[in-house]
Formats: sequence, C-alpha cells, structure tokens
Amino acid sequence: MSAKPAANGSHGPNRSWTGRVRKAAVDALPPEKLLPDGQPTYVASWIYVFGVASIASLAVIIGSGVILSLKGPAWWHDTGIGHFFNSVHLWAVELFFFAMVVHLWGKYWMAAWRGGRSRVWMTGAVTFLVAVPCALTGYVSQQNFDAQWIATQAKDAMNSVGVGAFFNLTNFGQMYSFHVLLLPLAVVALVTAHVLLVRRHGVVPPFAIQSTGEAAQALPELPEHPAVASAVQS
Amino acid sequence: MNSVVVPVLGAIFNLNHASNVVHWHFIELSVSNVILIGTMFVVFALAIALPFPGAAARRRGGSS
Repeated sequence: MSAKPAANGSHGPNRSWTGRVRKAAVDALPPEKLLPDGQPTYVASWIYVFGVASIASLAVIIGSGVILSLKGPAWWHDTGIGHFFNSVHLWAVELFFFAMVVHLWGKYWMAAWRGGRSRVWMTGAVTFLVAVPCALTGYVSQQNFDAQWIATQAKDAMNSVGVGAFFNLTNFGQMYSFHVLLLPLAVVALVTAHVLLVRRHGVVPPFAIQSTGEAAQALPELPEHPAVASAVQS
Repeated sequence: MNSVVVPVLGAIFNLNHASNVVHWHFIELSVSNVILIGTMFVVFALAIALPFPGAAARRRGGSS
C-alpha cells in the first residue's frame, strides 16, 4: 500500500528515509552547484589547474592499478606489457604527488580555508596524509629485493612508534591489501568528499588587494558559489 | 627496441654506482629528489606568473 502521490509526483515530505536523504542531498548540493556551467573569473589561472591535474593522475593510477591487480603482483616482472603498466602506474603516482604538492602550496598561500571552507582544507590535507602510506605500501608490493630491503628497514620505524603489531611491513599479504584496496578506497572517498565540498562552497577567491599597505584581512563570508560566479561574470 | 635503447641510455646515465646525495647537517636528499623539489618550486612560480589563456578577455567581460 503506497501513499497517494502529491501533485508534483512525490509521495509527501519525509515519508521515507530515501526521500529524506534525497532532500538533504539536493538542499546541500543542488544540480546547478554540483555541475555548474562556469567558474568565477579568478579561476582562470594556472595555479587552479593543479587540483584537477591531481584527479587526472589519480584516474590513471586507479586504471593502471586495476590492470596490475587483475594480473597479479608478479606479472610485471616477466612480460613487457606488464612492465609498461607498472611504469605507467609509477609515473602516474609521481605526477599525482607533484601536482598535489603544488596544489597544496597554492591553497596554503591563498588561505583556502577562508569563507567557511575549513572542511575543504581538512579533507585535502588528510587526503595527502593518507596518500603517502598508500604509495609507500606499493614499494613493498614489488615482489623483488628492493621490496624486501624497504620492508625490513621500514618495519623498525613502525615498531619504534608502536604500530608494528597492526602494520607489519614484512607481511606481504597485509601490505598488498592495504595498497590495492584499503588505502586507495580511503583516498578515493576523501577526494570525492573534497570535490563535493568544493562544489558546495565554491573555489576560494584570491585575497583582495589592500591599497593602504596594511596587513591583509581575511575576506568575510562570501555568498555561495553560483552567486559569486554570476556576480563576477556579469 | 629495448636492445638498442637500453645500452644507449645506459652509456649516458651510468647508474652502476652508489646514489649521489646532497648532505647538509641532518638533511640528506638524493640528487634526483633535490632536482624534483626544485622543479616543483619552478612550476609553482610559473603557475602564478604566467597568464592563463583567455583570462584577460574574461576579466574584460568577454566570453567565458
């Protein structure tokens, strides 16, 4: 037995958890914010490119990593195509961290946490921190002497801070699981949250130019992103 | 392909030695990492200094 549909086709407000979740999601991120037609004029700068460059690199990392994981951790040692995808995976990681560090520097000097954007900043910072062990566990998943050397050296660091019982560098199965599933899942989830928060709050504007020469004050709370975009572009 | 390229690259970049490091007090970095960090600084500066294509037109109220 279902409720009688309202004139707009819905079954009344807050009658089900799916309806409540949908309403909350649309209220937080209406379609014009989730997929905007344009960005404010100040976004037309090379320094704003490095965030999306990080995401593009992450897509290549995930794609090449999926192929490597499907073929197994030793595949890249004995086939040319395996070696190729291993190299694509490695260099995509190098590009990912390169772009992410430049993105981090740019956002730090813009004070990108202004205007109610503290969660945007924090999800980005935590993404960086989680991405580091995600990449480092790749070194011990190589299935070669380099991996053994790194594992036996790094286990001392883990033991010295008391987490060796939970994060055993010499346990290949555990490190491989962290590298191909648990940590990538965390990175992708954090990046998704980061991008959705950027969509919600809008890209942080640059500091206003101070004509008095006094120390710059943080900008006051700005209108939400589409309003900023339309005001600047009009 | 590899039979040609690898020996040529090996002749240019001899890797058969201990890694070169930059050592300053307690800081010890491989030369390759120092070059990479320097490149990041250069790219960061260029990203701020170089004009973005179409940015001037957008500021003048042209097409977005």
